[in-house]
Amino acid sequence: MSTISIIFTALFYISLFIFIVGMGRKIYQFSVTPAPLKIPTAPTPLTQTGVVFRMIREVTLFESLFRSNKWIWFFGFLFHFGLLLILVRHLRYFIPGDLPEVFMLIQPFKYAAFAMVIGLVGLLARRIFVPRIRYISAPSDYLMLIMLLIIGVSGVVMTFTSNHTDVIMVKDFASGLVTFNWSNMPTELHFIIHLLLVFVLLAIFPISKLLHVPGVFFSPTRNQVDNARKKRHISPWALKQEQEHSVKLEQTLGKDT
Amino acid sequence: MAAKEFDIPKLPTYVEIPELNPGIMEGEGPFKSSDEFQSPLGFPGEKVDNWQEVAIAKMGELKSKYRSVQVFLDSCVKCGACTDKCHYFLGSSDPKNMPVARQDLFRSVYRRHFTFAGKYFPKLVGAKDLDDQMLDDWYNYFHQCSQCRRCSVFCPYGIDTAEISMAAREVLDSVGLGQKYCNQILGKALTIGNNLGLPEPALKDTLLDLEEEVEEDFGAPVKYPLDVKGSEILLITPSADFFAEPHIDGLIGYGKVFYQDGVSWTMSSYASEGANFGMFIGSYDVMRKAALRIRKAALDLEVSRVMVGECGHAWRVAYSFWNTLSGVGAGAQSSDEHAMKLQNQLDHRYPQPQHIIEYTHDLIQRGKLNFDKSENDDRTVTFHDSCNVARATNMGGIEGGQFILPREVIKSVCNNYIDMERSTIKESTFCCGGGGGLLTDDLMEIRVKGAMPRMQALKQVEENNGVNTLAAICAICKSQFTKVLPKFDFDPYMIVSVHQLVSAAIILDKPQTETEDAIAAESVETE
Repeated sequence: MSTISIIFTALFYISLFIFIVGMGRKIYQFSVTPAPLKIPTAPTPLTQTGVVFRMIREVTLFESLFRSNKWIWFFGFLFHFGLLLILVRHLRYFIPGDLPEVFMLIQPFKYAAFAMVIGLVGLLARRIFVPRIRYISAPSDYLMLIMLLIIGVSGVVMTFTSNHTDVIMVKDFASGLVTFNWSNMPTELHFIIHLLLVFVLLAIFPISKLLHVPGVFFSPTRNQVDNARKKRHISPWALKQEQEHSVKLEQTLGKDT
Repeated sequence: MAAKEFDIPKLPTYVEIPELNPGIMEGEGPFKSSDEFQSPLGFPGEKVDNWQEVAIAKMGELKSKYRSVQVFLDSCVKCGACTDKCHYFLGSSDPKNMPVARQDLFRSVYRRHFTFAGKYFPKLVGAKDLDDQMLDDWYNYFHQCSQCRRCSVFCPYGIDTAEISMAAREVLDSVGLGQKYCNQILGKALTIGNNLGLPEPALKDTLLDLEEEVEEDFGAPVKYPLDVKGSEILLITPSADFFAEPHIDGLIGYGKVFYQDGVSWTMSSYASEGANFGMFIGSYDVMRKAALRIRKAALDLEVSRVMVGECGHAWRVAYSFWNTLSGVGAGAQSSDEHAMKLQNQLDHRYPQPQHIIEYTHDLIQRGKLNFDKSENDDRTVTFHDSCNVARATNMGGIEGGQFILPREVIKSVCNNYIDMERSTIKESTFCCGGGGGLLTDDLMEIRVKGAMPRMQALKQVEENNGVNTLAAICAICKSQFTKVLPKFDFDPYMIVSVHQLVSAAIILDKPQTETEDAIAAESVETE
């Protein structure tokens, strides 16, 4: 194996490890942090089923964003939906051996790359040209978009221009990562950049605003059922406090009843 | 600073997103609380020496106790969807009043002290130290948020600036930087029983005067009972209802509805406050302490129903938090002695707690009230959805009931009703500008500027539909509008309680027999 292939193979596992451990820790943190009060935001579902549908609409259609701002919704939706299709299509590289028939159907998903790139360009343009959004942007906010753009564009270059990468080699390399049957990777510059930035993305996922992906599922304003009057909702720390009657206000304001 | 001159915003045809004016609302914030009001709440009386250390520790504690804080601090992608949703930004054009920028005052410190990226690459991710300048910005700008939650409706992750602003205020209190208005009031509510500091004898006199006045005006012996043990209903209402205009006309209305229904009811001198400013300062303990007074009153007076008068954040605390804080509600586990003690006493054929609008609406539905709607024919009414009711509660147990029920009550007593523009009502309602602990004269500038979007929508229906009455079910909204309406050339008396409209139209023809029942209940009076 070439040196660069060894390095990238190692980087793959390192970044994947950081991603899995980091996200695991973060998701654990989100899930063990109690939500002591009922704070769902209108329009609020009154049943658990309603909440499930609300969450599905939120993560598939970006319902709240649609209500809020049609341009951000449009570009954001193009980007995310494009990315989703592309990720699904990338499975063909990681699944070892011959692909099931169904993969013929997702072959056209490659055009989703354009949706993704257009979405990202739109979002970046808004960040640069809309003064309100420029005001709230840190360097990392631009870099994140630029990084995703480079990933997208380098992918487009590989797929749609004459600078084709050796797909068989990519497949061997990628599926080898899954089966621990490592092999050489193509060494075209755009492929290296593509790969490297994907690794960076994986590694920074748990320490950046990309945490919005697990975050939305834990958002109390979106995932709580509006049934406060019907069912007593109390967090462990508040229950403990209640049972111990040990509020520090006791000295000045009298004991609990 | 209270007397600071400022321009009153002009009312545009449509609310436009203003150009950014950085720093235009910079300032010292509202008056700070002195030791006199701080220490009773368990907060330091003045800024502590090691405030930075204390503040960071408090932030760490809060993010481990509140999932909202932790998730919201981590999840924002700075998409900008909320940037044009805050009434204070639209009215003031200060970019730090954009919800995300307001949160970022807190988030940038969180990043600096609690995240890998912020510790090692602060510039890259916009992480900032908690220095004097930042603390001043916190005090100033977190007191320019009315915790109305409009931004949360529009955020793709539901990030709620109210949660962040409550957390920030709690941190500020923990280092000795409390807001005088809120903390002074809380002291009164937690010792005397109401925000006004009205002791029992004064309250009793006020209510007796009111009874005389109502009997004179309407010719019916409507009662406003206080501390009547064994009543069916305990009414918890904002203390503004006891004396201020137009609030008291709402209280008169509740009394007339109770009278006509023939139900026995009472108020409590111990828990004579619906408002709970503990929510504004973000303190679970203080909020709970205030809520426990209602629990005690309900137990002592042996009532079977707890009802809440017209007050926005009171209804949020009652509807969403009381069950949690004090057990006023239903559905506690049988092993939960604290909650069951009260819940066994309450009558669960009715929602607990119930809003006065739900109660009146139910009576109307069942044909128990008759109205002469022509009494309100001089009015063309529109309804202001108060933010806490609209975005944080429900009524009637049906989806959107908090929008439907008040409108149906108004339409049952008025012939002329018009809604304001859809994007300014219901879940998208614009705050009155005075909520969240901002209803103090030292914050008049932000109150007036923040009222602009609501005033604009009102202007539209005034010009197009001849609206001359603005009805609301929130004591803060009513007080705020009384002050700001004239600044925008409206009649300050156009703001009314919904139950004022009910009061004007209700026909008091209750059969005499039921009155005796009510009197019988009252005779079981205790001190």
